[in-house]
Amino acid sequence: MKEEIIIAGFGGQGVLSMGKILAYSGLMQGKEVSWMPSYGPEQRGGTANVTVILSDEKISSPILQEYDTAIILNQPSLDKFEPRIKKGGTLLYDGHGFVREPKRKDINIYRIDALETSIALNMAKAFNMFILGGLLKIRPIVEIENVLLGLKKSLPERHHHLLAQNETALRKGIEILIPIHVL
Amino acid sequence: MEEVKLMKGNEAIAEAAIRCGCDGYFGYPITPQSEVLETLMVLEPWKKTGMVVLQAESETASINMVYGGAGCGKRVMTSSSSPGISLMQEGLSYIAGAELPCVVVNVTRGGPGLGTIQPSQSDYFQTVKGGGHGDYKLITLAPASVQEMADHLCLAFDLAFKYRNPVMVLSDGLIGQMMEKVQLPDYQPRLTNEQIREKYPWATLGKKGRDKQNVITSLELVSEEMEKVNNRLQQKYREVEANEVRYETFLCDDADYLLVAFGSSARICQKSVELLREEGIKVGLFRPITLYPYPVSQIHEYAKQVKGMLSVEMNAGQMVEDVRLAVNGLVPVEFYGRYGGMIPTPEEIVKALKEKLMA
Repeated sequence: MKEEIIIAGFGGQGVLSMGKILAYSGLMQGKEVSWMPSYGPEQRGGTANVTVILSDEKISSPILQEYDTAIILNQPSLDKFEPRIKKGGTLLYDGHGFVREPKRKDINIYRIDALETSIALNMAKAFNMFILGGLLKIRPIVEIENVLLGLKKSLPERHHHLLAQNETALRKGIEILIPIHVL
Repeated sequence: MEEVKLMKGNEAIAEAAIRCGCDGYFGYPITPQSEVLETLMVLEPWKKTGMVVLQAESETASINMVYGGAGCGKRVMTSSSSPGISLMQEGLSYIAGAELPCVVVNVTRGGPGLGTIQPSQSDYFQTVKGGGHGDYKLITLAPASVQEMADHLCLAFDLAFKYRNPVMVLSDGLIGQMMEKVQLPDYQPRLTNEQIREKYPWATLGKKGRDKQNVITSLELVSEEMEKVNNRLQQKYREVEANEVRYETFLCDDADYLLVAFGSSARICQKSVELLREEGIKVGLFRPITLYPYPVSQIHEYAKQVKGMLSVEMNAGQMVEDVRLAVNGLVPVEFYGRYGGMIPTPEEIVKALKEKLMA
């Protein structure tokens, strides 16, 4: 098994930390993992992205041209990464703030209204966990139990009181996933 | 052994430094390696092992603090990124001239000048061909994974003391910033002053009963004497070249073509090899681990077997000169590179190999 994932959005949306939780979950599941962030000026408000690879075998390149799965959280990232999803791959995007919808017909496309839901439930800070929940529904690459362990590992102890809220978000994310175009 | 952890290359450098008995780190923050100093400050090793961690006022100060610590026989180090490493060149030449051990980590970014904060390998020439003045050499290790960041840091200290010579760990922003699994080395105690006096009789830790004081200097105004110093250095470098070459090969045995790459480029090339092999093209990857001493004879041997080599680097063509020297005209040696902080993709390298060597 090998899953090559790009997560992309605005700085501040939790892109890098979502990648980190996913990488830690892979570690808990005994996978080889790599997490390669864009570490440039993006962190200060532009677009941010992270490449996460989970694999049963040793990972060669942490930098990729094409991805199995793309998690897209804003328009510029959709424009940049939609063409770079492998044929038959998966696109998961948050429905908020897009002026142009995904247009490819040779990939699986899912929408998740995580921003809307997280605000409605007064859980805006767990936004990225809703998305991660959605991802696991379509691509069950790691067990939920290992995600929760990974979350605990990647969160500093002072934030451990938020673990329960994050778990709720993760499980809710699984419910609110909307298939748009499934092959 | 420690449990497997997930961390950035820069964090692994800091963790490994404490574990391999480092006495002092002196440094100044610069992207993309600031996590080295940050991690050391968070880990507070002075409470556990007594290791000194100091943010100096500049890179120039850092390397001279390293010079002082090294003179006392201590395991000392600094780290920086390209512009900061440029500022350290005078100090490195002095440390090499005075024959002192130390470790310097360069988490390279794109240049020249202030350049960019994105990864690059454009400091190859600076590291292996000089940088500072005079006929000196830096033993140079090029890690290609987070695990190797930790492993090479410890190896660097061992080599530095074995040869009384500065060692450079030449990494880049990609390996520094990415997270991977790593198994950290076990804790190794720092040496006491008594142990240092016994192990390293050249160290300036006080005369303590000896007739003459130790002198650490790179100055020798009598040319006949300075030539002798140079002879001694050259003899040492020949010994390093004979004993310390390190490299790794990936699917080279039956290869018709060879990619030659170090550090993060080698990781990307490995994927290119996988892609080319799927197409039935017999390609291998040769990865020099030591950039000085360079695996000259090993590359020369492969030149007798393959139809051509492609040096892949994140610069405008630096290591390719050493590949050509090693191949010595036996087969064509071509170059493919991206620079200024751009990273080549595995597919780009596949295309370059086909165009440059198979057309």
